[in-house]
Amino acid sequence: MSRIGVFICHCGENIARTVDCARLAEESGKLPGVMVSVDYKYMCSDPGQNMIKRAIAEHKLDGVVVAACSPHMHEPTFRAAVVQSGMNPYLCEMANIREHCSWVHTDRELATEKAIDLVRVMVEKVKRNQELFPIRVPITKRALVIGGGIAGIQAALDIAAGGHEVILVERQPSVGGNMARLSETFPTLDCSQCILTPRMVEVARDPRITLYTYAEVEEVEGFVGNFKVKIRQKAKSVNADICNGCGDCWNKCPMKKIPSEFDAGLGYRTAIYVPFPQAVPNTPVIDREHCLKFLKDKCGVCAKVCTRGAIDYEMQDEIIEAEVGAIVVATGYDLYGIGKEQPNERWKGYGEYNYDTYKDVINGIQFERLLSASGPTQGEVRRPSDGKVPKSVAFIACVGSRDPEKGIEYCSKICCMYVAKHAMLYKHKVHDGQPYIFYMDIRAGGKNYEEFVRRAVEEDGVLYIRGRVSKIYKDGDQLVVVGADTLSDSQVQIRADLVVLATAMVPHKNAYEFAQKIGIACGSEGFYSEAHPKLRPVETMTAGIYLAGACQAPKDIPDAVAQASAAASKVQLLFSSDELEREPIVAKVNEVTCVHCRNCIRVCPYSAIDDKEIRDRHGNLIRMVAEVNEGMCMGCGTCVAACPSKSVQLAGFNDEQVFAEILALGHE
Amino acid sequence: MKIGYYPGCSLHGMAIDFGKSTEATCEALGIELEEIPGWSCCGASAAHSTNHLLGLALPARNLSLAEEAGFRSVAAPCAMCSNSMKKTHELILSDKETAAEVARITRREYRGGVTVLNAIQIFLEYGLDELAKRVVLPLKGLRVACYYGCLLTRPPDLLKFDDAEQPVLMDEVCKAVGTEPVEWGFKTECCGAGFSMSRTDLVCELTRRILENAVNNGAEAVVVACPMCHSNLDMRQANINKMFGTEFNIPIVYVTELVGLAIGVKPKKLGMRKHFVDAMRLTKRLSAEPQEEVARAS
Ligand SMILES: Cc1cc2nc3c(=O)[nH]c(=O)nc-3n(C[C@H](O)[C@H](O)[C@H](O)COP(=O)(O)OP(=O)(O)OC[C@H]3O[C@@H](n4cnc5c(N)ncnc54)[C@H](O)[C@@H]3O)c2cc1C
Ligand code: SF4
Ligand code: SF4
Repeated sequence: MSRIGVFICHCGENIARTVDCARLAEESGKLPGVMVSVDYKYMCSDPGQNMIKRAIAEHKLDGVVVAACSPHMHEPTFRAAVVQSGMNPYLCEMANIREHCSWVHTDRELATEKAIDLVRVMVEKVKRNQELFPIRVPITKRALVIGGGIAGIQAALDIAAGGHEVILVERQPSVGGNMARLSETFPTLDCSQCILTPRMVEVARDPRITLYTYAEVEEVEGFVGNFKVKIRQKAKSVNADICNGCGDCWNKCPMKKIPSEFDAGLGYRTAIYVPFPQAVPNTPVIDREHCLKFLKDKCGVCAKVCTRGAIDYEMQDEIIEAEVGAIVVATGYDLYGIGKEQPNERWKGYGEYNYDTYKDVINGIQFERLLSASGPTQGEVRRPSDGKVPKSVAFIACVGSRDPEKGIEYCSKICCMYVAKHAMLYKHKVHDGQPYIFYMDIRAGGKNYEEFVRRAVEEDGVLYIRGRVSKIYKDGDQLVVVGADTLSDSQVQIRADLVVLATAMVPHKNAYEFAQKIGIACGSEGFYSEAHPKLRPVETMTAGIYLAGACQAPKDIPDAVAQASAAASKVQLLFSSDELEREPIVAKVNEVTCVHCRNCIRVCPYSAIDDKEIRDRHGNLIRMVAEVNEGMCMGCGTCVAACPSKSVQLAGFNDEQVFAEILALGHE
Repeated sequence: MKIGYYPGCSLHGMAIDFGKSTEATCEALGIELEEIPGWSCCGASAAHSTNHLLGLALPARNLSLAEEAGFRSVAAPCAMCSNSMKKTHELILSDKETAAEVARITRREYRGGVTVLNAIQIFLEYGLDELAKRVVLPLKGLRVACYYGCLLTRPPDLLKFDDAEQPVLMDEVCKAVGTEPVEWGFKTECCGAGFSMSRTDLVCELTRRILENAVNNGAEAVVVACPMCHSNLDMRQANINKMFGTEFNIPIVYVTELVGLAIGVKPKKLGMRKHFVDAMRLTKRLSAEPQEEVARAS
């Protein structure tokens, strides 16, 4: 006869508002095998946990059901509590009467009935639970960092500083990310390159960091502590071990008019190129889509001029396999474009700004390039159409952002700040120029941020106009920006030589596909989801994978760096022990009944099942069966369903337990 | 092709030129227009600004008459008419309660079987390739500014016609008949429309901006598909010139007139003599040379 205790939580009012907890306790107490049934305001609190611990001792319980929130939330809490009373943690189960009941129902009567059902189901299951013991697996103390922007760089440096090996994978030919394209940075106006490039160099030099640029992660398999990854090193067509970055090749390459990605289309690059002079590594790659050798089998100039013979047109993509224990995703952001063509059907472009057809309507990154000393105009503010110095510039905030009509509802958080910075820097360069800023609200929350914006207004004479821009049109060689001034309740028209749009920060290209590839979740906008918005901001729901930087949400550099360091310290924490405890919820094959049909091997999404030979004492092969690798099994149960001879069982969820649950539901 | 025709009040009155050109051009193209028997005023802006239900009931009545008469589509060239009919159609289909209320008022049922066409859609339905084949006097090289105003595209989710911010379909029609639509910035700007009488000063200012941008971008004529737009742009030019010291003298033509000219309909049949700013000069200047080209080509 079982001795079960049922503990019902009110979750403040979250549950008690809709479920009659006293009645639930009373009814649960009547269930066969239940020795004690009580309700309490906050079961997860210290007094709540003590209540459970005392009851276990007092009533000699051999099973516990906590009816409360989702097991995602507090199963670990309650299991830890029962352990303190000497009970095996897997004899404690949760009945979710919050997410599955009180939160989704309104009728108190019916919700209470449902809660009683949920408890009964769990009581029947717990009666059949068995003691389980955690599986111990070794940890590979090497981390993979994906994305070499400031966040990825910081995470890699921190993990390496902790004494661990790091593999850093960057898709572009150089690390640096978006920060490398910035001119000066708010709120201190320190030069972006000057604070970033030393770290780029450090990443390349640190012997513990292996850097793959022009590379992408193709595949992630395994689990926390034991990931197996495949990295595709795209063919650079240049042997980086021989190349000394002299630049002879790119100076001689005849393909000189390829729009430079780094300069956001405002400058040009060659087919063999380094994206910018301070690139790390400073060895070039050949962009095969634009190279004459690959397009028409002509030219070959770079191979001729390269005195070291580093050019290799035959080079192939290479797949690098590696084992890592933790992954930090730091893939950053892109900017929303206002064009008619959009990457998804929710987003709409800005027809009222002529869908990106006016040359002198540019985005923030392009303006950064115009301001940057290493940019296409050597830091002089000259507009793209005719190279004139613009005498008036209109900056428009919240383009795309906060505009449900265009499909993006969130605030991009950083543009208020860089718009102020842009206007300020423009004024510093063009003294007789007039900057205007159209804005909705000024969101300058952050250390020294509000002061920065005030400086723009008070010292640099930036004119802030509170209102939306309804239209931009060309008149002669100027642009007329038509908008509202909601403070004076009037319409305004500004004649501007240049318009700079603070377009929304959006997830990097193919973020969704990438998330699926590595097995993490993303929200509806495509930014990667953290495990808990408040309490676990750098972890993903997938153990061992962490987030850093703007891939998780729009962020400025200080926030990106802070998150990167936090992710790095989570990795260090993981690497601080040699072994990892895994939940013993894994499948097990009954070797006596297994007929070796191999169905389970075929269906297992984690490739966790293998063939096993059974031999007699003399070593003669008797027969073959399937065997689950406990280290790799994720407990998904697919094999259980697929086995025709019912030879696979999932610990903690065996047939007996599951059928008992179903039968308990049918009970009237 | 036979379709229902809803001229509305304006095409019989102040915009008789729009009416005449629609009828003559359609006739020449072989589109048979048949007036909806017993149609009444659509209520235009007056009805919906007084009473929401009235604004729906008036067009609903006409829609149900058209449906009863067996028309699958109805041409309502006036932008205000097509606007109110399309809006009513969408609202009746999407909101059962309102539909019942409207049916109670009109004592008629409308089941949603009618597609309303604005002036541009008449030609789109006809087919632009087909239309291009009918061109005998290609107004080649005539630079036109296509002006859509507010009513053709807005509100976008109800009208579902073209891109509300950057419409192009009238431009496509103009291209099909050989003219060159210019790129300009005031395609969907409001001309002031209904304030024509009460705030003439405002209307003149708004209209001036539109004309100025059209002229600055090289347009030789402005093409419209709305009687209100036409009257403001055409009739007010003299007034604007006096007020602002400008020298506008740019013909404002209905899209139906432009198409009519190109396919060889006599200007007189198109009602083009009725304009305030002389529009006849377009025909004089451009008919001779292209005709030769046509001759050469054939
Ligand atoms: C106009 C503008 C001005 C700004 N000014 C400032 C400022 O003054 N101060 C400030 O604090 N912040 C500023 N920011 C914000 C700043 O750019 C970001 O906070 C910062 O760049 C975020 O760094 P990150 O590493 O998270 O992302 P990113 O810089 O975007 O780096 C991500 C990296 O990951 C790589 N990557 C992406 N996908 C993959 C993949 N699948 N595999 C491998 N690699 C991949 C990318 O190539 C990139 O190198 C500004 C932003 C803009 C748009
Ligand atoms: S072979 Fe290609 S990369 Fe090399 S110089 Fe010619 S075009 Fe440039
Ligand atoms: S940060 Fe400022 S400009 Fe950017 S979306 Fe938010 S409110 Fe708009």
